[in-house]
Amino acid sequence: MSFVDYGDTIKDGDTAIVFLGHESMFPVKVQHGSKTQTKYGVIRHSSDLIGKRYGSKVTCSKGGWVFILHPTPELWTMNLPHRTQILYSTDISLITMMLELKPGSIVCESGTGSGSLSHAIIRTVAPTGHLYTVEFHQQRAEKAKEEFQEHKVEHLVTVKNQDVCKNGFGVSNVADAVFLDIPSPWEAIGHAKSALKIEGGRICSFSPCIEQVQRTCLAMEEHGFTEINTLEILLRVYNVRTISLQIPDLGKAAEDNSSTGFDSSNQSNQGGLYGILQQGTAQFKSGVPLKEMVGHTGYLTFATKSLF
Amino acid sequence: MEESAKPGLRIREGDCAVLKRDEVFKAVLVLRRRKVIFEKQWFYLDNAIGHIYGTTFEVSSGGSLQPKKKMEETTTETKEAGTDNRNIVDDGKSQKLTHDDIKALKDKGIKGQEIIQQLIENSTTFRGKTEFAQDKYIKKKKKKYEAVITIVKPSTRILSTMYYAREPGKINHLRYDTLAQMLTLGNIRAGNKMIVMETCAGLVLGAIMERMGGYGSVIQMYPGGGPVRAATSCFGFPESFFNTLYEFPLSKVDSLVSGTFSSETLPSEPEYNVPVEEESNGSLDEKQSLIQETEEESSTEAVMESNETEEQETMDLAAEDTEYKESKEKGNKENIREKQRKQQERRRKLVETAALLEEKNADGLIVASRFHPTPLLLSLLEFVAPSRPFVVYCQYKEPLLECYTKLREKGGVINLKLSETWLRNYQVLPDRSHPKLMMSGGGGYILSGITVTVEKVQSDASSLEAQKNEEPASKKRKLKEFNC
Repeated sequence: MSFVDYGDTIKDGDTAIVFLGHESMFPVKVQHGSKTQTKYGVIRHSSDLIGKRYGSKVTCSKGGWVFILHPTPELWTMNLPHRTQILYSTDISLITMMLELKPGSIVCESGTGSGSLSHAIIRTVAPTGHLYTVEFHQQRAEKAKEEFQEHKVEHLVTVKNQDVCKNGFGVSNVADAVFLDIPSPWEAIGHAKSALKIEGGRICSFSPCIEQVQRTCLAMEEHGFTEINTLEILLRVYNVRTISLQIPDLGKAAEDNSSTGFDSSNQSNQGGLYGILQQGTAQFKSGVPLKEMVGHTGYLTFATKSLF
Repeated sequence: MEESAKPGLRIREGDCAVLKRDEVFKAVLVLRRRKVIFEKQWFYLDNAIGHIYGTTFEVSSGGSLQPKKKMEETTTETKEAGTDNRNIVDDGKSQKLTHDDIKALKDKGIKGQEIIQQLIENSTTFRGKTEFAQDKYIKKKKKKYEAVITIVKPSTRILSTMYYAREPGKINHLRYDTLAQMLTLGNIRAGNKMIVMETCAGLVLGAIMERMGGYGSVIQMYPGGGPVRAATSCFGFPESFFNTLYEFPLSKVDSLVSGTFSSETLPSEPEYNVPVEEESNGSLDEKQSLIQETEEESSTEAVMESNETEEQETMDLAAEDTEYKESKEKGNKENIREKQRKQQERRRKLVETAALLEEKNADGLIVASRFHPTPLLLSLLEFVAPSRPFVVYCQYKEPLLECYTKLREKGGVINLKLSETWLRNYQVLPDRSHPKLMMSGGGGYILSGITVTVEKVQSDASSLEAQKNEEPASKKRKLKEFNC
């Protein structure tokens, strides 16, 4: 397996995702002799994982079972250990498309953080592209390097431990796209411009606060970026539920037909509207929104560097 | 030399380029001496050829494009401005220049900048406006009178934005951020073997091909006679990308799943379904060679006008042609052989594609069509390997509710999620930052999930599985903090 290539069977050294049920999963490093505890019992790597096909059901010692999934950057994003607040697939999707990333793209990113976006970028630019990622926190930079190695993508990424606002990305005029997720992105716009190819490229800055966005947009304009555009994207999830609503008892209608009422003689007509009508309830399928949803992650500002 | 090292950097004849003016896009074929209309302006693209993509042009008299130099913003000396609009009356009489006056200025060839200056000087209310209002006024006039056009290179970002704005009906109202979600959730990347079923003019196919970079393979399922790839040709992919693009008729899917597939009857195509009739006509050969050319060129010709028109022409010509098929024996024999050769080639490819599908090891499935998604998913998922993502787009939510239910019953999928994205644009200006007035009301819905191995289990075990995958009961609806 690898994060940039599908494999069929689980191998020693792989990172696999253990899926226990709805919204419940975690990553596991597959190793000969290792054991993993789950609420359904123990999973013995050597006998239960290695050699099995990805997507298989694995029975644990207590009798319950799980599915073992092939890792993808999206699954990784949902399960990675957080060292910082991370970007989720909703924002990542839009960033990937708006920065026009594809195989062969050269991308500069700062800060690396927990590597959520990094993994997604690496997946998209493989096999011929490259990610230059800058992180000013030494331990985080180290951890990111380790993870890229474990995930067998180190050949596609270069991690630099420095301050992008002071020292830039460490490369000049090579990038097709630059991504900034730092406290003061306006201080890095100049460096971003020089990291981008001479003939042009795309830039994106992610900031939670509108004040940061204002300063960044101004800096972009001053440095000659065009097509400056700020937007935000939010995900709305729906739970699919079969809902039963009770039909109210409005009593019986009088003998004459003057009263219009939801009486029993009309119930069969109502059945057509609401599907199965049983015992004074109306049943229907609904996509029900969650009680709470993420209302804000950050503002995404995109712009273009061009020769003109 | 430099150009060959960086293919696609410069505008070339034959390219599909996208014209951009502010937020408006239009895809055009770059051809010499071909008049183009865009945003109420007529011009020729001849002068654009050779320039780098991203260059901005002005339309000068005669309809020729002139590259526009990046002008220094005129340093705004502190102009006179008011504080609020309490005394500004909008009676429609504040502008002293009439329509004819302005037209006269335009006819004289006066530059947009000058016209705007004239409008400002002849406006009685301009001085009384606040600085912000003056700014807004100037921006509005610039938009109208300073017509600059940028020629940009097509990409998923640009084409999906363009289609959503211009022809959303052609793409089932798939908004560009929804498309972005599909590409990421589907883990579209180089090396995959993808199955795609779309009726979005080939936009989704093109987006997938762009993210695969020519690596891996794509099998496009199509309804009716053939796949529509009008938008795909706008991307400007190199020929090599199409070597690993396959197509397969939906009408044959059932037979493939049930194991009764035969390549004998291809779906009705113009060359096949019209019976041969004996007639004589001298103009026959010309028509036949025309068809040959159209067929070969149609793959390279990038068109904004739909592919369907071309197919229609080909069909019309073919219909006429086969009527006169037997008339000139000498020329005909060659043409018949050519037709047979092509038929055999098509059959060969179909068998090859069927074999690819029968391996049942595709790395993912993307569906985005006008058809009800449930039957498509239930059958096409058969060809996907376990532990692979799939994404279905639908303009409406209800069919996806049904799809979700049927998938649960069928089993073999986990992590089902029904979602939509909400997109909002912002105006960011000093002291004037706020979301924009209008936003998209809806961009469609997505159902995504991951395949797992299907086991031949007893019904009670599979219901246990369904329970495990069940959403938590409504009472226990926990706060899912980062459920993005």
